[in-house]
Amino acid sequence: MIRDEEILEQLLDSIRRFVRERLIPLEEQVADEDRVPDDVISEMKELGLYGLSIPEEYGGLGLTMEEEVLAAFEVGKTAPAFRSAFGTNNGIGSQGIILDGTDEQKQRYLPRLATGEIVASFCLTEPDSGSDAASLRTSARKDGDEYILNGTKRWITNAPSADVFTVMARTNPEEKGARGISAFVVDRDTPGVSLGAPYKKMGQHGAPVCDVIFDDARVPAANLIGGQEGTGFKTAMKVLDKGRLHISAVCVGVAERLIEEAMHFALERKQFGQRIADFQLIQALLADSRAECYAARSMILETARLRDQRPDVSEQAACCKMFASEMVGRVADRAVQIHGGAGYMREYAVERLYRDVRLFRIYEGTTQIQQLVIARNMIRNAE
Amino acid sequence: MKLMVSVKRVVDYNVRIQVKPDGSGVVTDGVKMSMNPFDEIAMEEALRIKEAGNAEEIIAVTIGEQKAQEQLRTALAMGADRAIHVEVDEDIQPLTAARVLKALADKEQPGMVLLGKQAIDDDQGQTGQMLAALWDRPQATFASKVDLDGQKAKVTREVDAGLETIEVDLPAVVTTDLRLNEPRYVKLPDIMKAKKKPIDTTSLADLGVEAAPGLKVTNTAPPPERQGGKKVESVDELVSELKNRGLI
Ligand SMILES: Cc1cc2nc3c(=O)[nH]c(=O)nc-3n(C[C@H](O)[C@H](O)[C@H](O)COP(=O)(O)OP(=O)(O)OC[C@H]3O[C@@H](n4cnc5c(N)ncnc54)[C@H](O)[C@@H]3O)c2cc1C
Repeated sequence: MIRDEEILEQLLDSIRRFVRERLIPLEEQVADEDRVPDDVISEMKELGLYGLSIPEEYGGLGLTMEEEVLAAFEVGKTAPAFRSAFGTNNGIGSQGIILDGTDEQKQRYLPRLATGEIVASFCLTEPDSGSDAASLRTSARKDGDEYILNGTKRWITNAPSADVFTVMARTNPEEKGARGISAFVVDRDTPGVSLGAPYKKMGQHGAPVCDVIFDDARVPAANLIGGQEGTGFKTAMKVLDKGRLHISAVCVGVAERLIEEAMHFALERKQFGQRIADFQLIQALLADSRAECYAARSMILETARLRDQRPDVSEQAACCKMFASEMVGRVADRAVQIHGGAGYMREYAVERLYRDVRLFRIYEGTTQIQQLVIARNMIRNAE
Repeated sequence: MKLMVSVKRVVDYNVRIQVKPDGSGVVTDGVKMSMNPFDEIAMEEALRIKEAGNAEEIIAVTIGEQKAQEQLRTALAMGADRAIHVEVDEDIQPLTAARVLKALADKEQPGMVLLGKQAIDDDQGQTGQMLAALWDRPQATFASKVDLDGQKAKVTREVDAGLETIEVDLPAVVTTDLRLNEPRYVKLPDIMKAKKKPIDTTSLADLGVEAAPGLKVTNTAPPPERQGGKKVESVDELVSELKNRGLI
């Protein structure tokens, strides 16, 4: 749902311009230094990028899902590390509070998340619990009006700079599955919370990831999301549904950038006395990329509009995440192929983006997990 | 004091301009339009003057078609307090624009009118000067630095010989050059808020302004295609090649 065409166009225009003039020129530097410069982080906060999806009443822009994916298409046109910096505040880090938090929790956290004054991360994955998230073992034992958290969360995006974590932990040790899990908001400065060293990754340099360790960390009962035990897994799944659409849209943005880079190269590079863009085999690579990218864009917009009407779009969101992340993988591969040897060289953006996009098929649910979600929905509906 | 800033809707500077086949102008249908970059610099300067506590209100003015309100919205999102849209469907000549701004200056009594030194569509570069003449106030054109000092402004101008600093009494007309400042990115929440700021619509007739008939564009043509270059082996060869062509 688009609330006001003219305002939205101005918003997108402002984002487009910032991406083109400010972020794209810094991509190589960010990749080399493995960090987004502080002044760029401040500018992204000032621009309002940390509050895209936070409701207006809490100081965000309150973008609808359709508006949000349109913004994500634009943000996707530069290195995903930039998007990642404000991605968790808009997505997995804040949505638990937005969707299921109490009024008091919303008041306390959302206004500061919207401005980027504080950064939020999402702690679900553990060393022994990845795709099988419902088997997580981090425990939260009630003690008076506090919960005591113990456990380790693995590969948590933005944890090194986070001020607050949305943490899924088991409040009922008798209940081994999803129903024993609750969600908490945990402040970084809680005694007993510590961070591991940042991981060295394949790509998306500048988007830091580390472990978060809870060692008898005492969290006030008021920080139990929604004030209710046993619904944390549901909260996490709702958060991921929305996140999957956002990530899918970012995949489309990167794919469009890759196509642009490949197209540009194909028009410049000459072999056998002509532009390689004039070879039909190169044209096939370009055309396949364009068609698949367009398909992803269309299904994401369709699903986003649907979600603006009714929240339950798990099956469609999983279709989008699976298709868009696999699509951008193929597009990146073709973009490197079109570049030939140059595509294997650091000085060309496609080499870097090729590594960056590999992550999209893994986090927020692997492709295989999306397939399971889709098929299970199909079977349930057919039965 | 009040500041008045004029902003013009022009083809975005990133667009590759195409001339209409009949030579009557350039293609604007379906083409991205933006605020003239020099006007953006004027807007930014006005904001800085206000933020430094030297002005209370910024009024953005545009003269043009209905859609030019988009550029006023941008000005409001950047931080203008209110906007005036002088709705005119025809192309606007510098003299008409100057007359409109004079009429508005009489009405609003701004301490300074800021304009881009030129608009990137027709590169006329005379509206500010004409306004100063009609309004009978000092002008400081091609500004690369503006300092306010009570009822005066010290303005550094970019001229062929270098930089020239002049002092003008306010109210005055200032036209902005490229290096005056770097305009801010419009903040997303401010774009939402700008929708609620007022835009007054008026017309040439309301302002008692007559459109200037003086100027007629007879033809618009694209620049000639670039010819392939030639490589030379040495400086001597270069010099004799240039001499052969009568270039030096
Ligand atoms: C850079 C990065 C950032 C991350 N950020 C976060 C974060 O912010 N917060 C967070 O909580 N997590 C985060 N993660 C974790 C991420 O969500 C998990 O890595 C992902 O869910 C997969 O879990 P896993 O790595 O344990 O793989 P596993 O679950 O061990 O999977 C290994 C392989 O087995 C397949 N597989 C597993 N189960 C099945 C099945 N039932 N049927 C078929 N195939 C199956 C998988 O598809 C995969 O191919 C991040 C990961 C990375 C790499």
